[in-house]
Amino acid sequence: MAFNAVSETVKPGVVKITLSGELDANSAGVFRSEIENVASQKPKHLVLLMEGVGYMASAGVRVLVFAKQKMGAGVDIFVVAPQESVLETLQLTGMNQALYILEKYDAARIENV
Amino acid sequence: MERIDIYATHQFKTFKLRPGRPYPFGANHVHGGVNFSIFSSHASFCTLVLFEKGKDVPLVEIPFRGMFLDAQTGEPFWGDFRIGNVFCMTVFDIDIENIEYGYRFDGVYQHVAKGEPGFNRFSFDNILLDPYARSVAGREVWGTPPDWNNIFPHRGRLVMDDFDWQEDRPLENKLEDLVIYEMHVRGFTAHPSSGVKYRGTFSAIREKIPYLKDLGVNCIELLPIYEFDEFDGSRIHPETGERLLNYWGYSTINFFSPKAGFAATGKSKDGTMVVDELKTTVKTLHQNGIEVILDVVFNHTAEGNEFGPTISFRGIDNVTYYMLTPEGYYYNFSGTGNTLNCNNPIVRNMVIDCLRYWASEYHIDGFRFDLAAILGRDQSGAPLSNPPLLESLAYDPVLAKCKLIAEAWDAGGLYQVGSFPAYGRWAEWNGKYRDTLRRFIKSEGGIAAELSKRVAGSPDLYRGRGTSASINFISCHDGFTLMDMVSYNEKHNYANGENNQDGANDNNSWNCGWEGPTDDQGINELRHRQVKNAAALLLTSEGVPMILMGDEVGRTQQGNNNTYCHDNELNWMDWELTQKNADLFRFFKSCVKFRQAHPVLRRADHFQYYDTSGWGYPDISFHGTRAWYPDWSENSRVLAFLLCSKQAPDDFIYVAANSHWDGLWMELPQLPADKHWHVFVNTSMQSPYDVWEVGSEPLLEEQSHFFMGPRSSIILVGR
Repeated sequence: MAFNAVSETVKPGVVKITLSGELDANSAGVFRSEIENVASQKPKHLVLLMEGVGYMASAGVRVLVFAKQKMGAGVDIFVVAPQESVLETLQLTGMNQALYILEKYDAARIENV
Repeated sequence: MERIDIYATHQFKTFKLRPGRPYPFGANHVHGGVNFSIFSSHASFCTLVLFEKGKDVPLVEIPFRGMFLDAQTGEPFWGDFRIGNVFCMTVFDIDIENIEYGYRFDGVYQHVAKGEPGFNRFSFDNILLDPYARSVAGREVWGTPPDWNNIFPHRGRLVMDDFDWQEDRPLENKLEDLVIYEMHVRGFTAHPSSGVKYRGTFSAIREKIPYLKDLGVNCIELLPIYEFDEFDGSRIHPETGERLLNYWGYSTINFFSPKAGFAATGKSKDGTMVVDELKTTVKTLHQNGIEVILDVVFNHTAEGNEFGPTISFRGIDNVTYYMLTPEGYYYNFSGTGNTLNCNNPIVRNMVIDCLRYWASEYHIDGFRFDLAAILGRDQSGAPLSNPPLLESLAYDPVLAKCKLIAEAWDAGGLYQVGSFPAYGRWAEWNGKYRDTLRRFIKSEGGIAAELSKRVAGSPDLYRGRGTSASINFISCHDGFTLMDMVSYNEKHNYANGENNQDGANDNNSWNCGWEGPTDDQGINELRHRQVKNAAALLLTSEGVPMILMGDEVGRTQQGNNNTYCHDNELNWMDWELTQKNADLFRFFKSCVKFRQAHPVLRRADHFQYYDTSGWGYPDISFHGTRAWYPDWSENSRVLAFLLCSKQAPDDFIYVAANSHWDGLWMELPQLPADKHWHVFVNTSMQSPYDVWEVGSEPLLEEQSHFFMGPRSSIILVGR
């Protein structure tokens, strides 16, 4: 399934990217470009809607690490509604410590900057 | 600025190629592609074989020498992708997640049949695993029977080596400050009682970090974690019908890959996940102050002897990698079929590359070398006085802060405890410590004199090397667990299916009056007391203590002292024991804490046996039932030692062990006027009075004498 990453500014300081498809070595570049676009807006909260992502490989995990490094320590990154296998990947690679993983879109938390 | 070597120059079928670079060996990412590099001193022909993941037949076989097309013009021309004996090629546009790779080798030598002696064992029929592969496919999920018809059962995978370590580095704690916990990755959490999400894996270790911290250990030593075949030597038990596996893992297939079957991510399509999972576990352990030591097995491989399977080394460069007799048979100093030719300069470099790889890429803190005496033998098996490999390891810059621990013997009769070529760096598993402590604890007479040396850091063996050259242990994966050491006189290895012929016979154990499980309360209490006696001595001895996984909760292997083939409760840590034997856990935990609180127990240099602190007492002195008069006689079953140091909070520590079946009155050495004896440990007492809170030990009413119960130990603090 073709990978897609669509970004949208929710409000000043809060940017969300809706992801869908399989995130592997072939599609990671698309995600990475989108992160770079978003980074230029200097958001405080980066929200990744991952309900539509069926599979995330280590290349995908690396884009998340890249996002953390690019955005800097002051920016919170939220991963919303990851599927079971993606959640597992995040836990096993230790990425769950650097990100906020939410089951649902918690507007109160996400949009509060 | 762009590099000028990122364009293809050659083409083979649909694949774009370029002459590769010899370094680094293995399969590495370069711009636009992957560089494959492999060496063989004696092969004249080599082919790179690529498979799509899981497929039965190769996708393509690209020769390193042959006819190629020019990538630009399509003109045919001859290519030779080789520098010296290194075959190296860059292949562009490879789907790294989906490709598995191997090699075929051939030479001008006569073909040698399986089972026949010979030197070069090339055969174009074999597809071989790259010795420098960073990840191996074929055993991704532990215990899943493989497809035995697979023409290439152990395949190299490509991985990404970048990782976000953040500030993590090897911890570089002092060796003398370590309390080592020897454990098996799978066995640690495989039991359902572990309650972890991914049982038997690297990631599960992270979930048990709170337990390790509670116990107080600051270093874990892992049984082999690189790729080995659990089906090596696998067989069905003749009586029970269960499948016995190669569980311990002392049978290496590849030295650079973490075992995929030990990773929760092993089953994923993506080989890099296994690497990431292990790195994350090391990082988390470091964040919690726990070092990681790997058990490395450079003495033999899984390929066995002339009848064994050809997986990798044998088919690539047999003469270089293995010690061969003049007729072409395999020397067997490891007892397993073959012996790695470690002091061959090429193999030596591979061993160094391997250790440097683990130290730098995985931030590993140290290595324990299995059957290390083999590393000091030359290419025909004779012991060397100055083995180049051991010297190189001791002086290597990348490994300079790593712990190097030798199991200083082998299966060929070379026993080197105390004489292992150390170069001032190597520590040793002190087999004499184990034997001495066991014999004392089982109430053998006349051991006191030798015990006095062992608790003092074995200066008879390691004078000039410091006390931390001695890794003190009473139990390890080989042999009885501590609880079994006090529950069985004989080994009971029938479950191994070898008619109880396997395993050591010199266990120096005593069953406390009954062989095996019993309802007798008196015997069970004595067994707990004996375990505590062992722990008390181990954790107050100079040197580096090592605890076997589960000994802190009385884990039993039902008297089996050689459980190498059991993937079941016999080997798995039973977490319910933390409740059943909570008294043992509490005892171990307190003694570890005591050790960490008193630097005098962790001094790196040997005692001088005279007054170095100005108190009027020697730094160490030995006593018997009479203070200042140790009993070195043939029937002696008591030893006490007094440590005196000016380092607060130490000052005075008195440890006494009575292995007699009767109680003894001990005359306590007199302390300076302003100091008094406080009791920390008295194993005669039932929990919770067997051990007290570190730092608030109760004052003894009677300061001049102490009554020690039969088969007990005490630890007193003078302050």
